[in-house]
Amino acid sequence: MTVKQIPILNADADELSRISQEGLLSLNLAEMQAIQTHFAKLGRNPTDVELETIAQTWSEHCVHKTFKSMIEYAETGRETEMIDGLFKTYIQRATEEIGAEWCVSVFTDNAGIIEFDDNYNIVFKVETHNHPSAIEPYGGAGTGIGGVIRDSLGTGLGAKPILNTDVFCFGLPDLSYDELPKGALHPKRIFKGVVSGVRDYGNRMGIPTANGAILFDPRYTGNPLVYCGNVGLIPKDRCDKTVEPGDLIVAVGGRTGRDGIHGATFSSLELDDTSESLGSVVQIGNPIMEKKIVDALMGARDRQLYRNITDCGAGGFSSAVGEMGQEIGADVHLENIPLKYTALDPWEIWLSEAQERMVIAVPPENREELMAICEAESVEATVLGTFTDTHRLRVFYRGEIVADLDMDFLHNGLPRHTKKAVWDPPQHSEPKLGQIGSPPLTEDLCSILASPNVASKEWVIRQYDHEVQGGLVLKPLVGRDNDGPGDACITTPVLGSRKGVIVSNGINPKYGDIDPYHSAAAAIDEALRNIIAVGGNLEQTALLDNFSWGNPDKHDRLGGLVRSARACYDIAVAYGTPFISGKDSLYNEYRDTTTGEQLAIPPTLLISAICVMPDVSKAVSMDVKSPGNRIYVIGRTYAELGGSHYYAIHDFIGNVAPKVRPAEGKRTMEALSLAIDQGLVRSCHDCSEGGIGAAAAEMAFAGGLGMRLSLTGVPRDPDVTADDVLLFSESNSRFIVEVAPEKQEAFERCMAGVHSVMAGLSPQVKEAFEKGIAAVPIGCIGTVVEGVDFVVNGTDGSAVVETTIDQLKESWQEMFRW
Amino acid sequence: MKPKVLILRTAGTNCDYETDHAFQLVGGETSLIHVNQLIAGEVDLMDYQIMAIPGGFSYGDDVAAGILLANEMRYKLADSLTAYVESGRLMIGICNGFQVLVRAGLLPRLNSQDAQQTTLAMNTSAKFECRWIQLETQESNCIFTQGLKPRVYLPVAHAEGRFTAPQPILDQIEASGQVVFRYVSTNGGAPEYPDNPNGSDHHIAGICDPTGRIFGMMPHPERFLTRLNHPRWTREDLPEEGDGLAIFQNAVDYASRLS
Repeated sequence: MTVKQIPILNADADELSRISQEGLLSLNLAEMQAIQTHFAKLGRNPTDVELETIAQTWSEHCVHKTFKSMIEYAETGRETEMIDGLFKTYIQRATEEIGAEWCVSVFTDNAGIIEFDDNYNIVFKVETHNHPSAIEPYGGAGTGIGGVIRDSLGTGLGAKPILNTDVFCFGLPDLSYDELPKGALHPKRIFKGVVSGVRDYGNRMGIPTANGAILFDPRYTGNPLVYCGNVGLIPKDRCDKTVEPGDLIVAVGGRTGRDGIHGATFSSLELDDTSESLGSVVQIGNPIMEKKIVDALMGARDRQLYRNITDCGAGGFSSAVGEMGQEIGADVHLENIPLKYTALDPWEIWLSEAQERMVIAVPPENREELMAICEAESVEATVLGTFTDTHRLRVFYRGEIVADLDMDFLHNGLPRHTKKAVWDPPQHSEPKLGQIGSPPLTEDLCSILASPNVASKEWVIRQYDHEVQGGLVLKPLVGRDNDGPGDACITTPVLGSRKGVIVSNGINPKYGDIDPYHSAAAAIDEALRNIIAVGGNLEQTALLDNFSWGNPDKHDRLGGLVRSARACYDIAVAYGTPFISGKDSLYNEYRDTTTGEQLAIPPTLLISAICVMPDVSKAVSMDVKSPGNRIYVIGRTYAELGGSHYYAIHDFIGNVAPKVRPAEGKRTMEALSLAIDQGLVRSCHDCSEGGIGAAAAEMAFAGGLGMRLSLTGVPRDPDVTADDVLLFSESNSRFIVEVAPEKQEAFERCMAGVHSVMAGLSPQVKEAFEKGIAAVPIGCIGTVVEGVDFVVNGTDGSAVVETTIDQLKESWQEMFRW
Repeated sequence: MKPKVLILRTAGTNCDYETDHAFQLVGGETSLIHVNQLIAGEVDLMDYQIMAIPGGFSYGDDVAAGILLANEMRYKLADSLTAYVESGRLMIGICNGFQVLVRAGLLPRLNSQDAQQTTLAMNTSAKFECRWIQLETQESNCIFTQGLKPRVYLPVAHAEGRFTAPQPILDQIEASGQVVFRYVSTNGGAPEYPDNPNGSDHHIAGICDPTGRIFGMMPHPERFLTRLNHPRWTREDLPEEGDGLAIFQNAVDYASRLS
C-alpha cells in the first residue's frame, strides 16, 4: 500500500509514451506532454494517484475527445474543410435549432430529461458496454445494464428506473470454430452470455426489458456491441442539482474492490487475444445491491436529504467526485472507503469501478437522517470527505496527501486534438439485370424472414420480465398467439393514468457499408417509424445517439463518423426531433494476432427514440385483425436495394442505399399519426428490413390470417418496375396499414390531407397540404383473408409469392428456437 | 373503515408498486413495510388485516427462491406471525411471495404443521420465462378466489415455479381441496409446455392453507387489473376490468367484514 512518484519531469517523448502504455493510461504523447508541462511548473512529479486521475478524467470514455476535437475533413471531389467538433456542430446544434420547449435537460446530466405529465418528467439514457462483454459476456452485459440504470438514478436528484431497452450486435451464431479469430469467444457463447447477463440483472432489479434488437455480422465476432438503455421517472421538482462547500461526500452502496480498474481507459484500446488477461477491467455486478440503493435513495430524495448525486461509473470515485466538485473543490479520505478486501493501493481504491456505488452531496445537518434510511434498507453509506471551496481535488490516505490537483487543469487542461478524416465512397458490385429476381420470390421471402437479423427473437424476449411494474400496454410480442414482432413498446409508468411512454430503436449498419450518412438517416427514420406505427407522434419525440465505431485515429473510420454525424443533424432537424443525450464507443477493433488481420466493426449508430403518448388506449399493434380489411402501403417505394436483406441473401451489397426524404417522410408520419389517433387504423407495421414483403408477411402470421395482395397498387417512383424491387426495396418512411372497409374513405381523406382536425399537424406540413401539393402517397394493395393463404401478385397479375402464413412463420421462427 | 394492507418488502422485492396499486384500486389502505421494521418491532402485524408478500427476488433468491426471507419469517417473526394467522386474517404470496410462504411452511400447512411440505423447483424449461397463461379456478374454500371466473388469464414470470411434492402430500392437498388454480391447455387436453409453463405437478399454479385464508400463486394477478394490461387488447373485445382484480377485491371485502 504505497504511493509512487511517476518520473515524468525529465522523460523524453519515448519514455512518456512508454509510461502511458505500460500504465494502461491510454494517453497520447500530446496529452502526456501537457501533463509534463503542468507538473514542471509545480516543480515536482505527479503521484500515481494524480496521473491515474488525470488519465481517467481525460479518457475518451469520460470526455469524448473525438467528438470534441477539431476535424480536418476531406471528401473525394470536395474541398477539405474544418469541422469545429462533431458534437457541437451536428448533435448539439440540431437540438438547439429545434428548440423544443418540452426538453428539460439535454447533454449535461447523466441522462436527458423531457417533460411527461403534471407531476413527472422522463429521463432516458443508452450506453454501450462493448469491451467488457467481449471478454466476459455475462458480467459485461449485466454491469452494462447496471451502469445505465445508475445513470437514471444519477440524473437530477434521482429517477426511478421504469424500463430497459437492449440492442446487441454479434458475429454469426453458426460461425465455424476454424474461423474464430485467436482469443475471441464464439458468437453463440457471447450471445447466450449477454442475454443471461441482461436477464439476471434486469429481472432482479424489477425493471421491464421490453424493447430491443439483435443484429449479426461477421465483423462483430471479435468485438460484439452491447447497448443498454434505461428510462426513468422523476418528480418535476427533483431535476436540478447543486453542491455547496461543506457538503459531505457520501458513498452509498457496494464496497470497493480491485474489479473494474482501468475500465475507462481500457475502452480506448483495441482488443486482441491478450485482452482476456486484463481480467480486472471487467466489473462484477450485484443487482440486489443496486435495488437496495434505489429503494434507499428514492426515500432520501423525497425527504430532500441530499442536493447532488452521480454514479460511480468509469473512473470510479476519481471521476464521480472530480465531476461533482469541479466548480468548487473536494477533499477525500481514502481510508474511509469500505473495501471488499484489504491490500488495495490508494490509486486502486480511488479508481476502482466496483459496481453499485453512488456518490451524493449531503448537507451536514441531514447526515443522521440519511444514515438511518440507508440502515433501514441494509445499505452501507459512508462519509468519504467534504466538498470545499479550494478549487482543488485533494486526496488523503492515512493522513498523507496522495493527490493535490488543480480542478481547472483536471477538467480543462486536456489539449484539444485536430484529427484527420477522409471519406472516399466505396464501390461494391451491383447485381446485373436478371442475375437475381426471377419469380417466384417465395423462397427469397422465406430466406429473408429466416435471416438472423429478421428472425424471431422470442427465445430472448421471453427470458426478460417485460410485465413487472404492471404498466406495459403494448408488449414486445403481439398478435393472436402473442408472438408477432411489435414495432415499439408502450408503458404507463404512473399506474391508473393513460399517459404513456413509447420506446423504439433504429439501427441498420448494412447501409453504412455504402455510406454511413444514409445508415444514420435510416436509423433515425426507422426509430421514428416505430414510434408512429404504434400510435405515437413527432410532436414530443426525442432521440438518443449512440455511436459504436472503429479506431478514430484512422482517417477512413473518422470520415465515416463525420458522414454519420451530419445525417444526424440533417434528419433530426427536418423531423423536429431533438437529441437529448448520447454516447460514443470508439476503438471497436479486434486484432487477430495469428493472421495480423485488423477487424473493425461496421460503423454502427443506434438511434433510440422516446415519445410521450397522451392516451395509450389509442395504440395499435402490428398484427392484422379481421378478414375483409384492406391493406395499404403508405409512402413511396424507390429502387434502393443497396444494403438490403434481399441483396444480402444473394451475397450483394450494391451501391444505392435507401435515402431519407424528410419532407415526404414528415408528411407521411404526421398524417398517419393523426389517422391512428382518430381510430381509422386497425394495424400498422413499419416497413424496414425485407421491405413490403417481410412487413406484410409478419402482419399476416402475427394476426393468424391470410392476405391476398397485388403489387400494382404500391406507390412508387417511376423508375421502379420490377416486382422484386417493389417487394424487397427498403425505402424509408413507409408503413403497411390495415383499414376496415367502413373506415377506408375517412382514412384516405386523412392521408390526402383532408382533415376534420388539422390542429395536429405542424405548420409546414399543414401549409403543404393546403397547397394541395403534398398528399401522402398511399396505395391499397389488397385484403386480409380468412385462412392461411398468403399470395402476392406481381405487376403483370401473376403470383410472385404463393405460400401460407404457417410456412412464413416457420421460416421466421426456426432460426432461434433454442 | 378501509381494511389495512401490509405489503412486505425486503431487499430484492420488486412487485410492491403494482401490488400496492391493486389493493388501493379495490379500497385497501396500504402500507409498504420493510421486513426490518417488523423484526425491529417498529410495526405491529396485528394492525393489519391483510398481509401481502409481492413478487421479486428477495435477497437475490440466493440459495433458493424465497428461502432467506422465509427463514427470517420463520426464525425472527415466528410469534407475531402465528398470532396473526391464528386471529383469522389474510395472507397472500405472489410469485416470490408464494415461494416464501411455501418455504416458511405457511403453505400448504397440512395437519397444522409449519414444516416445509412442498417446493417450487426450477422450471422444466430450465430458464426464466415471462408469458401469459390460462388458469382454471378450482373449487376451494380460498377466500381470494370465491366467485372468480372459471377461467382466468394472467402472466407468469419466473425461473423457479415448478410446484412439486411427494405423492402423499399431493394427494392430501387434492383431497382437502387446497388446489386453487391449475394451468390449463388452450385447446383442450392436458396442458403441455408452455401452457403449463414450468412443469408443475398436477399443473398446480396456486394453493391455499386448509382455512382458505393463506394463499399463494405463481402467476401475477396484479399485472392484469385493466383491459390495457391484456396482451391482445388491441384485437379482442374485453371487459374494462382485468382478471386479476377480483382476487384483491375478495380479500378487501372479506377483511372489511373482519374489522
